[in-house]
Amino acid sequence: MPNSVEARGLSRAFDGTTVLHELDLDIRQGEFVALLGHSGCGKSTLLRILAGLDEEIGGEVTVPARRSAAFQAPRLLPWLKVWRNVVLGLPGRPDRGLAEKALDEVGIADRAGVWPKTLSGGQAQRVSLARALVREPELLLLDEPFGALDALTRGRVQQLVAELWQRHGCAILLVTHDVEEALLLADRVLVMDEGRIAHELTVDLPRPRDLTAPEFVTLRARLLSWLGVHRTLEGTPS
Amino acid sequence: MTTNAPVLDTTVDRPAPSARVTVRGTTKAGHRFTVPRSVRRSAGPVGLVLLWFLASATGVLPESVLASPVDVVRQAVELTRSGELPDAIAASGRRAAVGFLIGASVALSLSLLAGLFRLGEDVIDSSMGMFRAIPWVGLIPLFIVWFGIEETPKIALVALGVTYPLYFNIYGGIRSTDAQLVEAARMMGLGRLGLIAYVILPSALPGALVGLRYALSTAWLALVFAEQINADAGLGYLMSNAQQYFRTDVIVLCLVVYALLGLACDFAVRILSRRLLTWRANFEGEA
Repeated sequence: MPNSVEARGLSRAFDGTTVLHELDLDIRQGEFVALLGHSGCGKSTLLRILAGLDEEIGGEVTVPARRSAAFQAPRLLPWLKVWRNVVLGLPGRPDRGLAEKALDEVGIADRAGVWPKTLSGGQAQRVSLARALVREPELLLLDEPFGALDALTRGRVQQLVAELWQRHGCAILLVTHDVEEALLLADRVLVMDEGRIAHELTVDLPRPRDLTAPEFVTLRARLLSWLGVHRTLEGTPS
Repeated sequence: MTTNAPVLDTTVDRPAPSARVTVRGTTKAGHRFTVPRSVRRSAGPVGLVLLWFLASATGVLPESVLASPVDVVRQAVELTRSGELPDAIAASGRRAAVGFLIGASVALSLSLLAGLFRLGEDVIDSSMGMFRAIPWVGLIPLFIVWFGIEETPKIALVALGVTYPLYFNIYGGIRSTDAQLVEAARMMGLGRLGLIAYVILPSALPGALVGLRYALSTAWLALVFAEQINADAGLGYLMSNAQQYFRTDVIVLCLVVYALLGLACDFAVRILSRRLLTWRANFEGEA
């Protein structure tokens, strides 16, 4: 598979503080990559660069022109009805049919005609996913999109993302700090530390993945030790 | 009843129950009589007018100080029948409208330039801050020197009074646009014009509407000041004429008309706000 994303010698500094350090990154077409790391390790900066929102960089990045993103907050425009938010920025007249198809895919077609303020957190995040996917991206960037959701909703939306990825076949870069989420969804997990990709792990487990499978537990332990989290008691990170 | 079996003392080691609160449903307050909101809202003003009437009728308030509300109403009917009042309202309304339109256009252009462009901000905003420090009513003598005593200085004063509140509120609204929304919209492929139309201007709208309310009330206020300058038509003319003959009833009538016109504008903006801002989830006040 050819690469969807290629970054070579990527650097970014904010006021003299280096956040990304000569970073190399390849993401194959259709590959699901999770990016783990402590807060402040530069993972969100990397995502913003790939999104084209930050151009003050050193090095070189090649990304597909058709790419879109979903963020931790849904970032819907409160003054546009849900369906108008979904097709915002698409060329031509706003196409309600297209928006409803995308909303149907994320399971909330019935909310097309309401204001965003009436949505629950999980619903708003689904709309944000529909808005990203209606553009048929070759690369989908997800910046902790489940971070603000409660545990039950998070599980359902993670499941939804897995299904949408398999249907659309786009490459996904998921930024997260949740080790289990990364292992449940990704083909490959990257661990970032101090502006570099410090570790890389290919996840060869069959889908859908089982949290309790011994292989899963082994991989989780390895990722946690890379992240500097050691387990002293069963299930209790110290 | 007594038993020898050991009694389990359940009171030990258990915290005393704290005070409890009962929440009663409010959906069916059926038997309780509640005064409709509209009645409650008008009770204050109606009461004050009633007090005024009583004070005049009993002679506590002599007519040379303040005419009774009955006289004011009589004047209103008379002047309306003679056509003087409608003509005055039309003349004043025209001044307010023209002045407002000029001021609003200036404020809108300046605030867009200052809000959207860094260069515009540097050139315009500091100047506006400086000009605002000048009390605009104090410019009347200068306006007379520049524009004479005809319609122009009156319209200019209204325009000036309108410009500041609109400018600062629209500019502030543009600059308080959520950067995260701008980023998301850019990510979704909106260009510069799209961003302005779909993100920046809508998020400046609530501020702009607040500015509009201030601007309209300032417009009427400016008009009252402006019409003191040698007016030959309008409510100010009617008032300065009445002053010469100590007709407090006509003066009060003109003040009431000014107030009603201001209220009507405010009401229109509130209706407009409700229409335009339905997307906002706002606190609506306690019942």
